Amino acid sequence: MSQPPRIIIAGAGHAGGSAAAFLRQYGWKGEIVLVGEEPLPPYQRPPLSKAWLKGEAKAENLALRPPHFYEKQAITLRLGTRVTGIDRAARQVRLGDGSTLDYTALILATGAHARPLTVPGHDLPGVLALRNAADADALQAALRPGQRLAIIGGGYIGLEVAASARALGADVTVIEREARVLARVAGPELSGFLAAAHAAHGVRIVCDAGVAEILAQDGRAAGVRLTDGAAIAADAVLVGVGALPNEALAHAAGLPCHNGILVDLEARTEDAAIFAIGDCTRRPLPHYDHRRHRLESVPNAIEQAKQAAAAICGRPAPVPEIPWFWSDQYDLRLQMAGLAFDTAVSVVRGDPRAGSFCVFHLDVHDRVLALEAVNAPADFMAGRQLVAKGARIAPGALGDSGIDLKSLTG
Amino acid sequence: MPLITYIEHNGREHKVEVPLGHSVMQGAVDNAIPGIDADCGGECACATCHVFVDPAWLGRTGTPDAQEKSMVSFASTAQANSRLACQIQVTAALDGLVVRMPEAQH
Ligand SMILES: Cc1cc2nc3c(=O)[nH]c(=O)nc-3n(C[C@H](O)[C@H](O)[C@H](O)COP(=O)(O)OP(=O)(O)OC[C@H]3O[C@@H](n4cnc5c(N)ncnc54)[C@H](O)[C@@H]3O)c2cc1C
Ligand code: FES
Repeated sequence: MSQPPRIIIAGAGHAGGSAAAFLRQYGWKGEIVLVGEEPLPPYQRPPLSKAWLKGEAKAENLALRPPHFYEKQAITLRLGTRVTGIDRAARQVRLGDGSTLDYTALILATGAHARPLTVPGHDLPGVLALRNAADADALQAALRPGQRLAIIGGGYIGLEVAASARALGADVTVIEREARVLARVAGPELSGFLAAAHAAHGVRIVCDAGVAEILAQDGRAAGVRLTDGAAIAADAVLVGVGALPNEALAHAAGLPCHNGILVDLEARTEDAAIFAIGDCTRRPLPHYDHRRHRLESVPNAIEQAKQAAAAICGRPAPVPEIPWFWSDQYDLRLQMAGLAFDTAVSVVRGDPRAGSFCVFHLDVHDRVLALEAVNAPADFMAGRQLVAKGARIAPGALGDSGIDLKSLTG
Repeated sequence: MPLITYIEHNGREHKVEVPLGHSVMQGAVDNAIPGIDADCGGECACATCHVFVDPAWLGRTGTPDAQEKSMVSFASTAQANSRLACQIQVTAALDGLVVRMPEAQH
């Protein structure tokens, strides 16, 4: 007897929750089962380092959809449940309670986990990470006025937490291994601007700093010792040194993984019945010679959720998007678009001293590859279109705020 | 609860009741209405909740702030009645509001 068609989504995060919604929007009539390890229905992570951490958002604002949504859309939630194995030949997954469930198509949306430190003391109480709501609650509890927070890693999450922690009155030190903050993900102009902004808000930033160990006192983290011997006293330590894809499930099932589950532009893995979406994937980038990359952003999670849902429902693939994301720190709204892989020239438009500007990154042929906008939403919107068009623009024209970007988007 | 009509680009209409204080964007997303992506969850950072407000209702939806104005005026399909749905709060005065979605949000 044939089974009714059923889609199983492993991972009930931003990507998994979005995929379930798109499947219904695109007309999938069969069953949808959303299996999530966390106790909560899908929620948004961006506020965890921003409004939520500062106590400015309610739980219902975090939720990706209201509680009644899933029942109304006939989406079965299996929360607090892990997918522990995939039997590709039988088209079956195994769940944490030992039961099995058949699938017509399987969508892996397992996300990523915070990269752990390996130095002595890394597992002491008081050493925190920030990936999920439980982490955010633990971090919030450690942020009281006058409490000292040491943040290891000057990436976006580290800097956002630094800004939120200052708003809560905590004392903050950021420890960065590279010569500048955001070294892997932003150009030197933006790094320099943000370092100055954090310093002006009382954050101490230490660059070129290796971590030797987490210091302990009474069995709890009490500071960080650097490789040059310096010690930074702290009441809590946040480790924000990047995220690693949750690909063990796919790997164990024999699906090709290489810093992310490999997928195509339909979000399909090597197995035609298995898709993968969101932070756990490594995907081709149509605007950048189809080079493969792992993106960690909400817009990417949503785009891949659409790709998978469209492929499953037999709809045309969505138009490829320009990767982008945003960040909020103090009164600064950052909006980044594109990827600056082959930057030859960077041009600043606007005035960093006035707190509103945009950095454009161009390749050797003056093609606009990427941009970083600070309190410059119009430049972000126009710039995103320039990237999408692969526009070539003379650096002098881009840098001239007197020239309307609209006239350049054509 | 105010009744809001969302019209997809292909003409399909969706009438839903949206709680007071929610945004017009939430009304669409919470009811699985296609055509509003809302990548940023209402932070006025993405412009993927772009709608055209029926001219008869434009005055009652309020005035966009500077951030919204810059974002929406640069959307590829922007018109004079373009708004970001996440920036329109549902009030009793919006009972009957009609918004239309652009062909694509990107
Ligand atoms: C603090 C923070 C701030 C951020 N800020 C921004 C921002 O400003 N802008 C932006 O664009 N992006 C931001 N991001 C990134 C964004 O949140 C992620 O890109 C997005 O959540 C990815 O969605 P996902 O579904 O792939 O992964 P996740 O949202 O991580 O969801 C994966 C889910 O799968 C579950 N899971 C894993 N393995 C299994 C299994 N075997 N069985 C069942 N369930 C499983 C996990 O528990 C998790 O709930 C931020 C992330 C963090 C942590
Ligand atoms: S939801 Fe992102 S701007 Fe409205």
